[in-house]
Amino acid sequence: MALLDMKAVRGGYGDADILHGVSMTVGEREIVVIVGPNGAGKSTAMKAVFGLLTVRGGHIVFDGEDITGWAPDRIVQRGICYVPQVDNVFREMTVHENFEMGAFLRRGDLSAAYDRIYGLFPDLKAKRRNLAGDLSGGQRQMVAMGRALMLDPKLLLLDEPTAGLSPKYMEQIFQITRDVRDAGVSILLVEQHAKQALAFCDRGYVLATGANRHEGTGQALLADREVAEMFLGG
Amino acid sequence: MSFMEFINFHLVPGIVLGSVYAVGAIGITLVFGILRFAHFAHGDMATLGAFIALALVTAGLTPWAALPVAMAAVAVVAIVVDKLFYDYLKARPKIMTVMASLGVALMLRAVVQVVFGVDPRTYATGIVRPDDYFGILLRDRELYTLAAVVLIVIGLTLFLRHSRWGKAMRAMSDNPDLARLSGVDNRKVTMLTWAIVGALCAASGFMLGINNELHSMMGWQVLLPMFAAAILGGVGRVEGAVLGGLIVGIAEEMSIFILPAQYKAATAFVLLLLILLVRPRGLLNGKVL
Ligand SMILES: Nc1ncnc2c1ncn2[C@@H]1O[C@H](COP(=O)(O)OP(=O)(O)OP(=O)(O)O)[C@@H](O)[C@H]1O
Ligand SMILES: [Mg+2]
Repeated sequence: MALLDMKAVRGGYGDADILHGVSMTVGEREIVVIVGPNGAGKSTAMKAVFGLLTVRGGHIVFDGEDITGWAPDRIVQRGICYVPQVDNVFREMTVHENFEMGAFLRRGDLSAAYDRIYGLFPDLKAKRRNLAGDLSGGQRQMVAMGRALMLDPKLLLLDEPTAGLSPKYMEQIFQITRDVRDAGVSILLVEQHAKQALAFCDRGYVLATGANRHEGTGQALLADREVAEMFLGG
Repeated sequence: MSFMEFINFHLVPGIVLGSVYAVGAIGITLVFGILRFAHFAHGDMATLGAFIALALVTAGLTPWAALPVAMAAVAVVAIVVDKLFYDYLKARPKIMTVMASLGVALMLRAVVQVVFGVDPRTYATGIVRPDDYFGILLRDRELYTLAAVVLIVIGLTLFLRHSRWGKAMRAMSDNPDLARLSGVDNRKVTMLTWAIVGALCAASGFMLGINNELHSMMGWQVLLPMFAAAILGGVGRVEGAVLGGLIVGIAEEMSIFILPAQYKAATAFVLLLLILLVRPRGLLNGKVL
């Protein structure tokens, strides 16, 4: 059974629905990518999983438990962490303090968790006393991922982790995403760089106007003519 | 005027006044940074703290022993005020909370006037002669005030830098949404903030009172210089509030060199206008208002 199973989810921020029946699954140790045009509801679908949306229909089942309608803090404790698309670090706090805030709900000895994070992001070790707001965009994105990983989640939600990054950093973020997966975390991510993301993920979903449009393995979607016309520049 | 006269009659009083402003401005900057509104009841909370300390002194405590008790009492008052008034408005536009705080200011002042009257009071009577420290003249109360301010600033800084909940307060000020996503309980941070702010109010009121006199308008009259200090230093920044407080206090005491003494109180206003014109985020780059 899939780790995350979203079934025909409808909902939105106010009274109007933004999602009109979105379904997707994420399996254990799987990297699943969501692509689609701007305003398609990609971020909104992710927020629905994390309890930041009023869900008016459908179900969200995580690890065998129905978490539809749960508040974010409860979802965090259940094992899902979320990296928002923007404003995803504490700019006025140091890199290390960002990680500490990520582990706010965790008690006890955290040295193993810090070792793991600095192992994933060796570049950040030298910068641990720098303010997150002073880092480059790519390093800030790593801080954001590190903060979310401090709680040792089973599922990590990443909203456009490579937005605005150079190709070099984009590759690095993808590589880290794979490393995180290899460490046993499932990943659902939204990507603007559709071609590169589909090439690197296990499976993908194409959303448009708040509903599923296509789904399949990354390779299958890349080969699909309709998908290619939609965003891959023909 | 000799150099020592300048130090003793202008600089030292400026530093003492400035450190009292600093304690008030830290509270203002914490409310601004974490709860995101201008707290107009700040001055009158300080007045309340000063008079609670007076009641304790009347009951037999020495003034400096009354201070921590008054700080604890106003911490509780601040939490209760938040629960009764501000918390109720938290989903509304912030301007409503600002206006509510103005109402709270009037209420607190009225309570002080009903209980303690409107005449000026003092913690101790009699004239205190200053001691001579290598030519610098300092009264004990000034020395203790400076020491208390240094202790408060160091204690608060350590708390905010190193403790779990201090970091949660900074996180809430930095990025409230992300703090919530990280599992920080907004209500606990709010309560903790009010406890600290209330205690700081009481401390600033007490120090104003012991270096001068107590009267029911004392807090309201220092509200503007305290706000000026917070904004001058950069809203949301504790170090900024300390720096801003010292600058405003010293500038007020120096203003008599260029302005008639009646205009002393306008100094803070002029500084506030200047900083808003040339560097609206304050000396240490605070939040955008
Ligand atoms: N907080 C919000 N309140 C109300 N409506 C919102 C909110 N956030 C997004 N929307 C609306 O929901 C729709 C989907 O937005 P969403 O952010 O999910 O798109 P997206 O696919 O992530 O786009 P992008 O590629 O630009 O990030 C848009 O029409 C947007 O205007
Ligand atoms: Mg988005």
